[in-house]
Amino acid sequence: MKYIDEFRDGDLARTLARAIAREARNARSYNLMEFCGGHTHAISRYGLKDLLPSNVNMIHGPGCPVCVLPIGRIDNAIDLAARPGLVLCTYADTMRVPASKGRSLMKAKAAGADIRMVYSCADAVRIARENPGRDVVFFAIGFETTTPPTAVAILEAAASGLANFSVFCNHVLTPSAIANILESKEVRELGTVPLDGFIGPAHVSTVIGSAPYEYFAEEYEKPVVIAGFEPLDVMQAILMLVRQLNEGRAEVENEFTRAVTREGNGKAKSLVAEVFELRRTFEWRGLGEIPYSALRIREKYRAFDAETRYGITYRSVPDNKACECGAILRGVKKPTDCKVFGTVCTPENPIGSCMVSSEGACAAHYTYGRFKDVGVEAVGAPATETAQ
Amino acid sequence: MSGVVRDGYVRPVDFKHGRVDMTHGSGGRAMAQLVDELFLHAFDNEWLAQRNDQARFTVTAGRMVVSTDSHVVSPLFFPGGDIGCLSVHGTINDVAMAGAVPLHLAAGFILEEGFPLADLKRIVDSMAAAAKDAGVPVVTGDTKVVEQGKGDGVFITTTGVGFVPAGVDISGDRARPGDAILVSGTIGDHGVAIMSLRENLTFETTIRSDTAALHRLVAAMVAAVPGIHCLRDPTRGGLATTLNELASQSGCGMVIDERRIPVQPQVAAACEFLGLDPLYVANEGKLVAICAPDDAKRLLASMRAHPQGRDAAIIGEVTRDPHHFVQMDTSFGGRRVVDWLTGEQLPRIC
Repeated sequence: MKYIDEFRDGDLARTLARAIAREARNARSYNLMEFCGGHTHAISRYGLKDLLPSNVNMIHGPGCPVCVLPIGRIDNAIDLAARPGLVLCTYADTMRVPASKGRSLMKAKAAGADIRMVYSCADAVRIARENPGRDVVFFAIGFETTTPPTAVAILEAAASGLANFSVFCNHVLTPSAIANILESKEVRELGTVPLDGFIGPAHVSTVIGSAPYEYFAEEYEKPVVIAGFEPLDVMQAILMLVRQLNEGRAEVENEFTRAVTREGNGKAKSLVAEVFELRRTFEWRGLGEIPYSALRIREKYRAFDAETRYGITYRSVPDNKACECGAILRGVKKPTDCKVFGTVCTPENPIGSCMVSSEGACAAHYTYGRFKDVGVEAVGAPATETAQ
Repeated sequence: MSGVVRDGYVRPVDFKHGRVDMTHGSGGRAMAQLVDELFLHAFDNEWLAQRNDQARFTVTAGRMVVSTDSHVVSPLFFPGGDIGCLSVHGTINDVAMAGAVPLHLAAGFILEEGFPLADLKRIVDSMAAAAKDAGVPVVTGDTKVVEQGKGDGVFITTTGVGFVPAGVDISGDRARPGDAILVSGTIGDHGVAIMSLRENLTFETTIRSDTAALHRLVAAMVAAVPGIHCLRDPTRGGLATTLNELASQSGCGMVIDERRIPVQPQVAAACEFLGLDPLYVANEGKLVAICAPDDAKRLLASMRAHPQGRDAAIIGEVTRDPHHFVQMDTSFGGRRVVDWLTGEQLPRIC
């Protein structure tokens, strides 16, 4: 497949793996956080860890939009969907996220709420047009990648006077989350989370550009390499990080030059600025309240803000006591450190959000990697004979 | 008044503009007429012609097989097929996966009031053609009508009976460590055909469903290797789910090689676009076979010699594994688990 296979080539991967093994020094370890769930998914799905030397460790970051959504916000969405006549449109991933009291959007749907899974915000706008007699709310989540389409939907609704459409805005910002991790006790003082460098976001960076990471590289002296979501992108980025660390550099480098520029997408950024403004504070699952880490809809477009239209009030709900999603999202713990991982918490019956989305650290490890935990003997390669 | 009883004029069913109404399921004249003009006419066989509530036939001595399958696919018509032929193929395949020879089918229809009779006729004709092609007649059936809004056009349940030839013992619990795992062709075609229609995606080439009756391919395989251990058609949940089912039923593990799994390039591209993994996408005309390593070459040759197995491949082997993991060597060079499907990837695919 053009433009895909090139980035999944096994021979190139082995060449890169050899280069990483050659350049990684035995005397030290390399603890690299992949911020994005997209990278976590690629690492697990392609079995990338098998290609890395043992002193190169990958730490999963909090860049999974579903995972960082706090329980209280899911509760809000479920309450919204329970309003008579209201249609709630949502990305499929949020359907199974556990809310408080054992609820979820999936269960609310089964109980009769009109909740529709959509591929994009534009679908929600279409549903609002087709159902003029009903209130249609789009449950907007995600980082900078999904924010511009939400902005476009609101602008479209405003231009066409689509009065029955509104957005429950939960968009969050990547740089604030990175800063929060770097400022955390575990990283700064205790040193319990060794963190040597970052693989920077792919799709988020196409929008915001590489410039916002320059501050982290300089201020915290951590190298950042922005990488695409294909497995070869990740391998290349790891090699670039190993080189920076060996040379004592802490710079922002861009592996994903085919899509990311320093400035990012000016048009997308101005659309976002037109429609959204910073929230003073927002709760993240696992990371807690982070100041200026999320967006809300500007006064000018208040008519399309579900929070004001329906008087939504936020109430913080603590995670299930046994759930380690918070520590996992901060990179403090691995999925296997959690007592409920793979026992009562599975993709079929998730306790925490990290077990829900395929980008979540727990779901990725459960789905693709857990055979390594039980030490299954590696039986020989599959049969090689063919009928030729 | 004269004592003559006149033959009343019976207006033929309007298959051009007519619609299903409640009388078509009432058991009265309207239903009898629909059965006559549509089902009996299309399926046309001696058992249906007897107009009994059941079909009587002589059974062969030996082991019988029975299987049933309900079909709720949406949309009803898709590139490469429709709910009609799908309902014939699906059940024939379920019977055939025991290594059995399918003999007869029964069909139950649940129709929604208001459903166009033209569409119903198209579906029934397609079923009849599929049954005729397969040589497996629909010998009995049932029709019910539900009020508008209580169904979705048409649901079809088919039941198939067949017999297993002597010496054949194919079952999902017979995979043994060392066995070879084969697939009969490219995976993911059916699911992607349906999904691209639902999402209004058009690609340079139309992706067609692979819906097909596989009993003749199975017969050729059984003739070549009577000792096949397992056969299963990877429908909902795709290849990944089928392999997990077999691994857990047989109490073993599996290792497959991603590079050997046949996937059409346009299906791979569509999956990439839709965020799907071809391993989990439904098939309706493919099978997975597991056999002893020494039989693998012969079995593969017999599959490739049949038009339905042209792209067959050996994709991996059965391993000893108390956790029953299905693992895959990725084309990238790593190894990962191929897990059961979680949640629903594509609702109402068949």
